[in-house]
Amino acid sequence: MSNILEVSNLTKTYSSGSKSLTVLSDISFTIQSGDKLSIVGSSGSGKTTLLGLCAGLDRATSGSVILNGISLDKLNEDERAYVRNQHVGFVFQNFQLLPTLTAVENIMVPMELRREKGIRKKALELLDRVGLAERHDHYPTQLSGGEQQRISIARAFSNNPQILFADEPTGNLDEETSEKIEHLLFELNRESGTTLVLVTHDLDLAKKTDRIIKLKGGMVLHPSDQLATENG
Amino acid sequence: MDKKISIPNQKVAWQWVFLMAWRDARKSRSRLFLFISSIVIGIAALVAINSFSDNLQSDINSQANELLGADLELASNDSSFRYPVIEEMSHEVSYENSFASMIFFPKNQESRLVDVRALEGAFPYYGKIETEPADAEATFRDGTRKALVDQSVLVQYNVGIGDSIRIGRVLFKIEGSLISSPSQSIGATLVTPAVYIPMAYLKETELIQKGSRVYYRRFYKFNDPPADFNIDDQIRTDSDSLRAARISSETIRERKEETGDTFEDLADFLNLVAFVALLLGCVGVASAVHIYIKEKIRLVAILRCLGASGRDAFYIYLSQIGAIGLIGSILGAIVGTFIQTVLPRVFADFLPVDVTFSLSWPSILGGVLTGLFVSILFALSPLIAVRRASPLITLRGIQESGKRKIDKAQWLIYGFIFLFIVGFAFIQIGSIRDSLIFTLFIGLAFGFLAGIAKIIMWLVKRFFPDSWSYVWRQSLANLHRPNNQTLVLISSIGLGTALITTLYFIQALLINEVEITTNNDRPNLMIFDIQSHQVDAINTKATERGLPILQSVPIVTMRLSSVNGITYKQVLEDTSINMRGGMFRREWRVTYRDSIIASEELTSGTLKMLESRSEELNEKYKDIVLVSLEEDYVERNNLKLMDTLVWDVQGVPITTQLGSTRKIDWQMVQTNFLALFPTEVLEQAPQFHVLITRVKSTEEGALFQRDIVKEFPNVSVIDVGLILNTIDDILDKIAFVIRFMALFSIITGLLVLISSVILSKFQRIKESVLLRTMGGSRKQILSINSLEYFFLGSLASLSGILLAMLGSWGLAYYSFNSTFVPNILPIITVYLIITCLTIIIGLFNSRGIISKPPLEVLRNEIQ
Repeated sequence: MSNILEVSNLTKTYSSGSKSLTVLSDISFTIQSGDKLSIVGSSGSGKTTLLGLCAGLDRATSGSVILNGISLDKLNEDERAYVRNQHVGFVFQNFQLLPTLTAVENIMVPMELRREKGIRKKALELLDRVGLAERHDHYPTQLSGGEQQRISIARAFSNNPQILFADEPTGNLDEETSEKIEHLLFELNRESGTTLVLVTHDLDLAKKTDRIIKLKGGMVLHPSDQLATENG
Repeated sequence: MDKKISIPNQKVAWQWVFLMAWRDARKSRSRLFLFISSIVIGIAALVAINSFSDNLQSDINSQANELLGADLELASNDSSFRYPVIEEMSHEVSYENSFASMIFFPKNQESRLVDVRALEGAFPYYGKIETEPADAEATFRDGTRKALVDQSVLVQYNVGIGDSIRIGRVLFKIEGSLISSPSQSIGATLVTPAVYIPMAYLKETELIQKGSRVYYRRFYKFNDPPADFNIDDQIRTDSDSLRAARISSETIRERKEETGDTFEDLADFLNLVAFVALLLGCVGVASAVHIYIKEKIRLVAILRCLGASGRDAFYIYLSQIGAIGLIGSILGAIVGTFIQTVLPRVFADFLPVDVTFSLSWPSILGGVLTGLFVSILFALSPLIAVRRASPLITLRGIQESGKRKIDKAQWLIYGFIFLFIVGFAFIQIGSIRDSLIFTLFIGLAFGFLAGIAKIIMWLVKRFFPDSWSYVWRQSLANLHRPNNQTLVLISSIGLGTALITTLYFIQALLINEVEITTNNDRPNLMIFDIQSHQVDAINTKATERGLPILQSVPIVTMRLSSVNGITYKQVLEDTSINMRGGMFRREWRVTYRDSIIASEELTSGTLKMLESRSEELNEKYKDIVLVSLEEDYVERNNLKLMDTLVWDVQGVPITTQLGSTRKIDWQMVQTNFLALFPTEVLEQAPQFHVLITRVKSTEEGALFQRDIVKEFPNVSVIDVGLILNTIDDILDKIAFVIRFMALFSIITGLLVLISSVILSKFQRIKESVLLRTMGGSRKQILSINSLEYFFLGSLASLSGILLAMLGSWGLAYYSFNSTFVPNILPIITVYLIITCLTIIIGLFNSRGIISKPPLEVLRNEIQ
């Protein structure tokens, strides 16, 4: 199987005046197509920053990210947007649905950006797949958190992404809803054969993926460090 | 492995862009319309004024003949002037001799200075002299002693049709009141109203004597002129000889152009006032869009995450603003078309023709396009932020700050805005320099207000009163915290306030200027056309009544024949001579004395030859006459000291040299002269005299006038008090027009105020709800909001008033040469009105936050 994501020596530093803060330092890993990977760590460990860099939402200070064979660091913002639209799906902790669009319209947007035809039918099918067919013309404010996240998942899969990035997908949901969302996410992932990169601090959720990368202070903990941390 | 990717060079997916714009606008339509409401009034004003001037222009064109009343008007100060080319053609001609004179009302023993017009012939040949009753225009020509008297005079002196007036030695019956006549210019009649009498009785009045200033007009109507004859071409061909003979001419085309130009100037001025209202609206648009886009950034970030390009996101909001701008402009054009119907009534006192109503499509289209253009142009500055919205906001919630490169597009937009303002002003004013000055002042005004807003924010932060109660601290802190409205509200409300207050200040300044001239120690009665032999008698009469003889001045009329040997003829023939013809054409009214007076200042040279010279020099220069001219006039005409000026004093040549220049304060009520002769030169020339005195009351003035006019009917009296009343009337009429125009700015200012305050509600809503959630009482939140709006309203109105005071001071000092003393009462009134309005509108908009449960508010308002 080929690598869908190659991260090499990735460093991210924020500067403010004369001070600088390194939030990620020399991170390297690869993910093969179809794999499920979790990035875990405590708050401020750099998980979200790493996800942002891997998904092409931000630029690294040094190092490289190659997504599906495309080096993201050489692209400008519009080129990265194009790559995201063609290859990437997103699920966010706070859903990030477009508040002025109905449920079905939200799902249609990535396909519309790809200029696909017959998208309403596909969007309705996806909506049906996540169990919200009857809520197709509801606006996000008229939906519960769990329903919004389901719409968000349907939207993430609407452009048949090769890789899906999920940032704390159950972080804003109660336990029961979280389980349903996890189930839906993994099921759709399996059906479509998409690579999944999951950022979470929920170790139980992380354990459901093939691999776990644990971050601490912006660095990847080595297996021995991981063990030490896990043991105590 | 590194694949090269290249984005397919896709065109903008306009269909999707419009679809997204539509979807996104569904829940913001009312707010979007609010943004654009600020420009509706500005566009309405532009469309109304342009449509009105279009209609006026076409009416001037269609009624052009009636503006002049004849095919050609010739005029001169010489009764015997001739224009053979015209006289040889088949024509009809009418004669009008006009001069200033006193008329006396036997009914109430009062008298007044008027413009007497002795008429002979069937003039006007086109249109008519409008009278009340309408047939008076015809019946006053029945050969008897009848007169048409300007309607304002009849009202002023409480005389009516059938009463009598005495002009010179003749008593005329008032046949009708004169409403308008083709030969009288608008405005002139306000100072010297016209009285028509039949020419046959002019001699009998005994008013025309040697040296009298009479203006001789002839009106021609051509009967079947040859097909190839064009009066304008003919006048052009003969222009030099006409000028040399000091004959002035006017054709229908010239009158039409002159009238059209006058009203074009007026329309241009009004357009500028409307444009200021539009600019004010544009500030409203820019600030509203700024807030709107700030709220939409998260949404843009999501779209960016999903793969939308910055360009696509930008176009979504651009098309929203464009569409709503178009709707606003169309609405403005509709409102403007309705306002257009009111304008003939607003300008009634100034219109030369009857204005008809018709839709002016070019004005409507121009207005709509201008509206669309300005709404997009002014929205662009905040809108381009969309291009740079980072998709990272979806993860982080906020746009990461950090060093950002200055967006070149931003400067480009500022450049376009600058060019637009200069360009628009240039179209109206027609002068690049003045357009740049106009733009500079607009820029300075905005800069000043923005500067004040920044200083206030800094001061509040720097000297924050930590010991004050929570409500005061919170409301005060709102002035500088993120999402504050300080800059936007102070700029928009401040500019509106400044505009309105300046208009008021300037009006008050003008009226004050006029009033100053009536204060206790100023002259207020001028008697002129006094013959030399009448001077002593009139002076005695004044002294008997205890009136001071402030000035008794002889006046001699003359013309300039040559300057340094160059005559007018040479100036006309030789274009290489750098000399203006005007000094040869004018009839000079000159006085003689050996000293300067209070209104003058000697700036160079000397009035008289120095007497300390040697006997030999005195003998050599004894025949040299030194004259003094006004400094500016000397500069304008490229003259210099010791130039030789030869004058034609009613047939007698007098050689002089330019001995000195004087600066003259023309504003003082007294006789001032461009040219001053020394004594012992003009004493024997035909001359008349002017007496200036001061009466203590209107009654005293009227009695003295009656006394003088009865005995010396040839003299004319100018009652400054009466002129001041007339000026007051004119100012009232102008002020009405200005107030009407200011109304557009006031309404726009209010709309900007309303939209700014409503939008600020969205800025503060989350916070107010959080405060409520944490247990803040309704009273506390209400107090915080009221105080914040109080601070904003106060600061905005005070900044505007300060700007207006600075502007008015500048205008007073530089343009009116006067001192600006602000009146405190209107300042307080404006301050209270603007501040109260801000608080009322602010609180009216916050009522929902206070009365509804917090969660409901959040769900409804935040999205």
